[in-house]
Amino acid sequence: MQTESRQEQFEPPSLLGNVLRKLHIDIPLFIGLLLTSLLSFVILYSTGSQDMDVLMRQGGRVGLAFLLMTVLAHVDPYQFKRYSTLLFGIGIFLLIAVLIMGQIGKGAQRWLELGIFRFQPSEMIKITTPMMIAWYLAEHPLPPKSRQLLMAAMLIIIPTVLIAKQPDLGTALLVASSGAGVLFFAGISWRFIAAITVTLASLTPILWHFMRDYQRDRVLTFLNPEADPLGRGYHIIQSKIAIGSGGIYGKGWLGSTQSELDFLPESSTDFIFAVFAEEFGLSGCLGLLVLYLLIIARCLYIASQAQDTYSRLLASSLAFTFFVYVFVNIGMVIGILPVVGVPLPLISYGGTSIVTLLAGFGILMSIHTHKKFQSR
Amino acid sequence: MYVIKDHSVESRLFRNRIVAAFIAIMLLTSGLIVRLIYLQIVGHEHYSSLAKDNSIKIVPLVPNRGMIYDRHGKVLAENRPSYSLELIPEQIIDMDDTLSRLQKLLAIPDEKIEQYQKLRKRQKRFVSTPLLLSMNDEELAKFAVVRPYFTGVDIHTRLVRHYPYADLAAHVIGYVSRINEAELKELPLAEYRGSTHIGKLGVESSYETELHGKTGYAEIETNVQARLLNTLNEVSPDPGANLYLTLDIDLQKMAYDALGTFNGAVVAIDVKTGGVLVFVSRPGFDPNPFVVGIANDAYQALQASENQPLYNRALRGLYPPGSTIKPFIALAGLEYEAVNPQQRLNCPGFYQLPGVSHQYRDWKKGGHGSVDLSRAITESCDVYFYRLASMLGIDHMHSFLQKFGFGEKSGIDLIGEKTGLLPSREWKRAQKNQAWYPGETLITGIGQGYHQVTPLQLARATATLANQGKVVTPFLVNKIVDAHGTRPGPEIHKDVIPLKSENVNTVIEGMINVVHSAHGTAKGINTNIDYQIAGKTGTAQVLGIKQNAKYNEQDIDFKFRDHALFIAFAPANDPKIAVAVVVENGGHGGSVAAPIAGQVIKQFLQENDAN
Repeated sequence: MQTESRQEQFEPPSLLGNVLRKLHIDIPLFIGLLLTSLLSFVILYSTGSQDMDVLMRQGGRVGLAFLLMTVLAHVDPYQFKRYSTLLFGIGIFLLIAVLIMGQIGKGAQRWLELGIFRFQPSEMIKITTPMMIAWYLAEHPLPPKSRQLLMAAMLIIIPTVLIAKQPDLGTALLVASSGAGVLFFAGISWRFIAAITVTLASLTPILWHFMRDYQRDRVLTFLNPEADPLGRGYHIIQSKIAIGSGGIYGKGWLGSTQSELDFLPESSTDFIFAVFAEEFGLSGCLGLLVLYLLIIARCLYIASQAQDTYSRLLASSLAFTFFVYVFVNIGMVIGILPVVGVPLPLISYGGTSIVTLLAGFGILMSIHTHKKFQSR
Repeated sequence: MYVIKDHSVESRLFRNRIVAAFIAIMLLTSGLIVRLIYLQIVGHEHYSSLAKDNSIKIVPLVPNRGMIYDRHGKVLAENRPSYSLELIPEQIIDMDDTLSRLQKLLAIPDEKIEQYQKLRKRQKRFVSTPLLLSMNDEELAKFAVVRPYFTGVDIHTRLVRHYPYADLAAHVIGYVSRINEAELKELPLAEYRGSTHIGKLGVESSYETELHGKTGYAEIETNVQARLLNTLNEVSPDPGANLYLTLDIDLQKMAYDALGTFNGAVVAIDVKTGGVLVFVSRPGFDPNPFVVGIANDAYQALQASENQPLYNRALRGLYPPGSTIKPFIALAGLEYEAVNPQQRLNCPGFYQLPGVSHQYRDWKKGGHGSVDLSRAITESCDVYFYRLASMLGIDHMHSFLQKFGFGEKSGIDLIGEKTGLLPSREWKRAQKNQAWYPGETLITGIGQGYHQVTPLQLARATATLANQGKVVTPFLVNKIVDAHGTRPGPEIHKDVIPLKSENVNTVIEGMINVVHSAHGTAKGINTNIDYQIAGKTGTAQVLGIKQNAKYNEQDIDFKFRDHALFIAFAPANDPKIAVAVVVENGGHGGSVAAPIAGQVIKQFLQENDAN
């Protein structure tokens, strides 16, 4: 009896599709993410001196990240909305805790030691900040009034400043843009956006005053990398050489001479795009950008199909932040943005960011697969 | 207040924003693509020529580390050429095989291989990385024979840090050793690109920046095998600065030898400047093995040794000051006008607090009879100081002693100095949550109880007393000399303790009599000198003695015997040098510690007169 009724309900195109649907997995998005992650292994094999250990470790993390994505996809989006404030509050509390422990330990502190693994509250806040602001704005009619804008601005500034103090400029930037993304999609007026841009630009000298020495160095290096080729300009010069020498078709897989000879530091982490560009050339770069754009387009589509304000705002902001990730990383590697510590999403070696990213995609899938009424 | 939402307006707005965002994303992505086209098509040829067959490499040029000299220009730390076995990972096809063959050939211990593996991971693959430093002739010969069978392995000449005086001054000079992973995270990467060693201890560590110098670089053109073809541009390194210490290595050697088989510390300070002349901690250790990587068992042996050679007693050793505190307590008594110098007191051999049966005993059974302040110092009468302490009270004693630098770091230019412990009411409340007891005031008056000093603090306080209250701050580096000129060592700030000079002179008179009168406790060192020494002996208890028990030197284990202390300065009328000596388990200050100080003073003043 039961089996019969199930068959009638779903009419599965395939076994896999059936399973994925039951898991609340969005198939196009899933395929995009899977392709990118597989690509990551291909590149890491090359940058990590063909060391299988590196792949195994990354494989473990990616597996864990996909698992978390699946779990979150299963959760009803209503639950995300319900716990937005609580999760945000916990995130802020942990950020303060980390900061205080850093003060005691006298040095940069970004994580909490939780027995067997380290937990970075700044990773959690990357998702809970847009959740919080989406929740807050969804309570009121859109576009938001100036009072709500002020409140939302506070909610963005608090975690951003806490993370910038760690100091982790890259993550602070991502958190700020995820919050700003929500405001943009909530429909703040173009005039207001222009005003903010002008204000921020005029605040630059003040921001400069508050920067740490090494952060200033990075900006100066970005402006003139040749001034200090051995130290701070080293990354940018070497990565430009690697990318430029790749040409249109690249030197082929495992053909990177620059990372082979270790000219290129951090070739597996923040500067992995340089190796990719050297091995696969402009054509490979365009392919990767298209893959990223497809993922972003699917996410924006999911956002546009979402059925309540909270889901829309959250989904669109997550999509937007993903793009910021891509843009900031590639921008710094090709030398049009200053070097901030942002990895290339889904590709760079290293654990924490991929888990957070896929958690975000899990929420997107949850939003897409839990519609209260289907518009068929 | 609830405002009704207009869903159709919201939806339209949101759709518009999605479209706007997508357009913005496309535009920004186009920006990336334009830049990629610029790099990969327009700039392709330029970047290819940089990257392809002939690559431009930026190689660090490591500066030579600065030398360290003593006050007379004798070399304390130098860079000696030595042969090292080096591997270029890029040119070695099977690294594990090569290493195991080399290990068999030259009998290299496993830990060296491990060390090398760690070092190799940090270096670029074309950089020659040392496996063995300071090879001996046998190793050189063995390798020379089979050299053709090892591509990518070669013998290089490297400069290796060498300390000619070995264990004599290891605690002051310190040593350099391989940069470890923790240090690597803290170091400025650009400055240490190419450097393998870093100062770990002593002056080598506290003046690391000055000694290291500034790394230069060369842009070189190389072929695929990383062979040098052409140097395009070179920025020479700035060699590290040479340091000239205030230390007198001959005097140091004399003091070190004078300690004989005892463990202990000797610190001597130039009273006029604060320059440290002698800084001995015995036993010392040979820093040279640390430079090339000390073998594990040798290091374990140093660590486990009962005599603790790695422990810097002069800087970090904590000892009760014993009777060496008495001149300072006496001066406090005079300054606070608790006593006048002529006032006499009968010493029956013990002291009792009113209403308490406990007897605080004098070291001399039967007592000293009638003593005034000067004589109390000379004979080290405990009863006099029990009484003086109880009149002063702990608060006055604490604030007075603090001015002489007790309970705080001296500010010497070495890392890791201990503060010692100068007890106070507040300290006891905070640390033990207990009130201060009157009995504790008494024993603090004779330098027992909680009070703990380092030999360096003791020498500093003695120098300050000799200097009539002008506070002396000890320092080691006199001049820093580099290509740009000569700089003085650390900045010294000069405080002055307001003291009445007749009070200071009364105390000094008592201290002169310690050495120069018939009943002085250190009268043994007054022969054959044409100047006067002001001193004070001290004995620091290692074991507590029960109320009715008797301390008998012969009966107890050596390691529980009292520590012998002695402080002194000379010439008493125009002080030039101040000395503090601590001899662990030496017994009496007068018989063991004082002669060491006497010899140091003698040699220094002789030399001083000769100049």
